Amino acid sequence: MKRAGNLLIAVMFLLGTGTAFAAGARTDDSLYQALGGKAGITAIVNAMLTNVADDMRIVHYFADANIVHVQHGLVTKFCAITGGPCHYDGLNMVDTHRGLHITPAAFNALVEDLQAAMAHLKIPLATQNRLLARLVPMRNEIVEH
Amino acid sequence: MKLPLTLGVTLLLASTVAMAGQGRLLATGGVTEIEGQSGGGIVPWAVIAGYGTRDQVDGTAFVTGLGTGDYDLTALGAAIGIDNRFEVSIAKQHLNLGTLGELIGLPGESLRQEILGLKVRLFGNLLYTPEPQVSLGVQYKRNIDGAFVRSVGAQSNHGVDIYLAATKLFIAGAFGRDVLVSLDLRATKANQIGLLGFGGDRGDGYNVEAEASLGLMLDPQTVIGVEYRRKPDNLGFAREDDWSDFFIAWFPTKSIALTAAYAALGSIARLPDQQGFYVSVQATF
Repeated sequence: MKRAGNLLIAVMFLLGTGTAFAAGARTDDSLYQALGGKAGITAIVNAMLTNVADDMRIVHYFADANIVHVQHGLVTKFCAITGGPCHYDGLNMVDTHRGLHITPAAFNALVEDLQAAMAHLKIPLATQNRLLARLVPMRNEIVEH
Repeated sequence: MKLPLTLGVTLLLASTVAMAGQGRLLATGGVTEIEGQSGGGIVPWAVIAGYGTRDQVDGTAFVTGLGTGDYDLTALGAAIGIDNRFEVSIAKQHLNLGTLGELIGLPGESLRQEILGLKVRLFGNLLYTPEPQVSLGVQYKRNIDGAFVRSVGAQSNHGVDIYLAATKLFIAGAFGRDVLVSLDLRATKANQIGLLGFGGDRGDGYNVEAEASLGLMLDPQTVIGVEYRRKPDNLGFAREDDWSDFFIAWFPTKSIALTAAYAALGSIARLPDQQGFYVSVQATF
């Protein structure tokens, strides 16, 4: 049992580094296809924004936003980071969110609205998680420090 | 009787002052480990109790039962997480000696321990930084039944454990599911986590022991995993073994978490091969 414990500890170090590498790989459009391409991504973004509209925790962040512009930007961004044939040429994530004072709690609320949207659209959990893994690295550019 | 009062005050504080920020994602506060700090079942993690982000205060309360047939261990307590930075916790453990009590002519005898815990997040974020979340934790433990633990060779009825914990959740880490990895290094003198006192005839210095948890999030509400906790072996009268468990934790909402586990605790006070079911309930305010 002691040996098993030491093995567990060693395996976890390896797993930690291995999964970090896997998360960095981004060479194909399999995630874009798994999400249903441009139409699937558009449905996810629309469902997420519908949730946001009812979310008292964060809806005020969008009070002055051009929602058509936001929707287009999100679809293009999601398409681009999942390997789809889109080129995001909007403002970078820092400039897009400048002055909005987005808190860690607000960011997490948006993640929950996205998760609920994907669950509502019956997107397989593994596909949901792959998309979240691509979005998470942007968090530090979005949240105000 | 001081502890129930403290517990009551803590719960009151948690329910009135805290006002449930709950800005973090489901399950990211972990459950409450047997010593009262946020973590798994028998191992603390680097996470801070509750679901608060910066500027938010959350409280948790828990009760845990673990029965091996020979022994029954119960633990209850409460914790406050502040700004996703600090955690303060209290817990009380009650070990009913069961079979051992009958063997030594003290039927119904039990050992009790109080634990004050402090944890501070040093750097990192469980989810959002490439590096793991790393926290420093302290547990001040006082065994109430000092005469008993000294009689079996313990040097003291109180002690301080200090540990460094590193915890990370790898999103889509395996099988498209999130993977939790947590490692602790703990400096401790505790015998059977302090239930048999601190230090002993075979050694009274600090031991540095590794602890680990590995979890897989089957879905956003459910985590299964294994834990392993190395332990010192300070007492000559009875060998002490490492602890391990398999667990499933279910988070139906941010307000409640239920944990079931099967724990293997090895030999405890000369009764060999102690193992049994573990159940725990945690409420978050």
